[in-house]
Amino acid sequence: MAKHIGKQSIKFDLPPSIISAASTVGSKEGKGPLGTYFDVVLQDPLWGEDSWEKAESKLVQKTIERVIQKANLTPEDIQYIFAGDLLNQLTASTFGLRSFDIPFFGLFGACSTMGESMALGAMTIDGGFANYVVAEASSHFCGSEKQFRFPLELGTQRPLTASWTVTGSGAVILGKNGPGPYITYITPGKIIDLGIKDPMNMGAAMAPAAADTIINHFQDTGRTPKDYDLIITGDLGSVGKELALELVKKSGYDIESIFSDCGVEIFDAATQDTHAGGSGCGCSAVTFAGYLYKEMQNNKWSRILFIPTGALMSPGSTQQGESIPSIAHAVAIENKWA
Amino acid sequence: MDQIQNMKKEYAQMVEKISPKSNLLRDCARAFWVGGVICTIGQLINNIIKSFGYNKDEASMLTTIVLVFLGILLTGLNIYSSLGKYAGAGSIVPITGFANSMVSPAIEYKKEGYVFGVGSRMFTIAGPVIVYGLTASVVVGIIHYFMK
Repeated sequence: MAKHIGKQSIKFDLPPSIISAASTVGSKEGKGPLGTYFDVVLQDPLWGEDSWEKAESKLVQKTIERVIQKANLTPEDIQYIFAGDLLNQLTASTFGLRSFDIPFFGLFGACSTMGESMALGAMTIDGGFANYVVAEASSHFCGSEKQFRFPLELGTQRPLTASWTVTGSGAVILGKNGPGPYITYITPGKIIDLGIKDPMNMGAAMAPAAADTIINHFQDTGRTPKDYDLIITGDLGSVGKELALELVKKSGYDIESIFSDCGVEIFDAATQDTHAGGSGCGCSAVTFAGYLYKEMQNNKWSRILFIPTGALMSPGSTQQGESIPSIAHAVAIENKWA
Repeated sequence: MDQIQNMKKEYAQMVEKISPKSNLLRDCARAFWVGGVICTIGQLINNIIKSFGYNKDEASMLTTIVLVFLGILLTGLNIYSSLGKYAGAGSIVPITGFANSMVSPAIEYKKEGYVFGVGSRMFTIAGPVIVYGLTASVVVGIIHYFMK
């Protein structure tokens, strides 16, 4: 059984094991610094389909098929799928998963969805409600631009604070038993809004949410930065990362030496023209399923805090003059637990 | 309440300090020279057309047609977006930019069909230009009429 600790965290008495991970990305991600860590790199953003949305559904379907295979399981062994994306009404996930005969929880956490899916998946396993679950999240650059921003061929400029939506799907399988890495704690996030209205500076909108979750995680668990080898947020980007660092420092925790961000890691801003960095549900999902998971198995880090971050806005909300509330879900992942 | 407002203000200042700004001087210079070149090309086309014997009004109309065509062609060839990234307003403001703003959503929304996709979404970017441009010209026309 799990224990609720502090204000908003959960400690798992029988930490679920992350049994397998799979990732599929687009060509830009494949050319980035983490390119060799991904299972499949697509050259065609449509993947042979006739729309971005259908391509993203295919991404979701194929990645989940792969993660189940990698665990030496079959779809019949999986009790639940927790998945989400950025498209209206989660169509990328729902259409991608309709061929599976597996009960489905559709999630919306914007770019924090991977944290949300892993947290809920872990609760489901530890609570004894399932033997195996899939947690997944995806995004597609073209589909996201079409829904939130501008047509691809429009000749506009992007500010330096803007981010680049990752094309990718990342999935993990959680199970009761396994060699780890294990999910030991989760700190689900609260909605935090410090009044940032600029949808071209989402890092600034999300940094307070990331900081709030990190601080509460430390306070709830009694841990300090020294307890982690790496603290990595989802897609704050270079601007949001600096802001979050400052905010966390103000509360007395200095995480600078171990702090990174998936959006900063996944692209090379200097050569790939991605400005502030990568974003989208897929950003944290593929960075975890590819890079973080593999390097934890290589013992590069043995204890990390993974904090996907999401900006909870719609195209309409910003047009109506609303600010951008955000959320961040922390998942503590360790190679061993006592 | 006040505490939250203070927090928001303080944070806004932090964001302002840390967020990188684009190089305004460099961007204005680029918009200037690219916009200027596009207009100069337009003038050249205009002069060539006039040399074929067309009068001023006809030449203007034909120049517009040629420039719109060039905007459409460059958009379809995936060149206009790169030009726009470099030039900003320099390529958005001239009529070639207007063509780009109608063709790019037309390409994008083809997946949703010709009626609700292409037909209606073609105007997502250009719509305000058409509405407010026409409204402004009507107002100017009325003022002109009464001032005559």
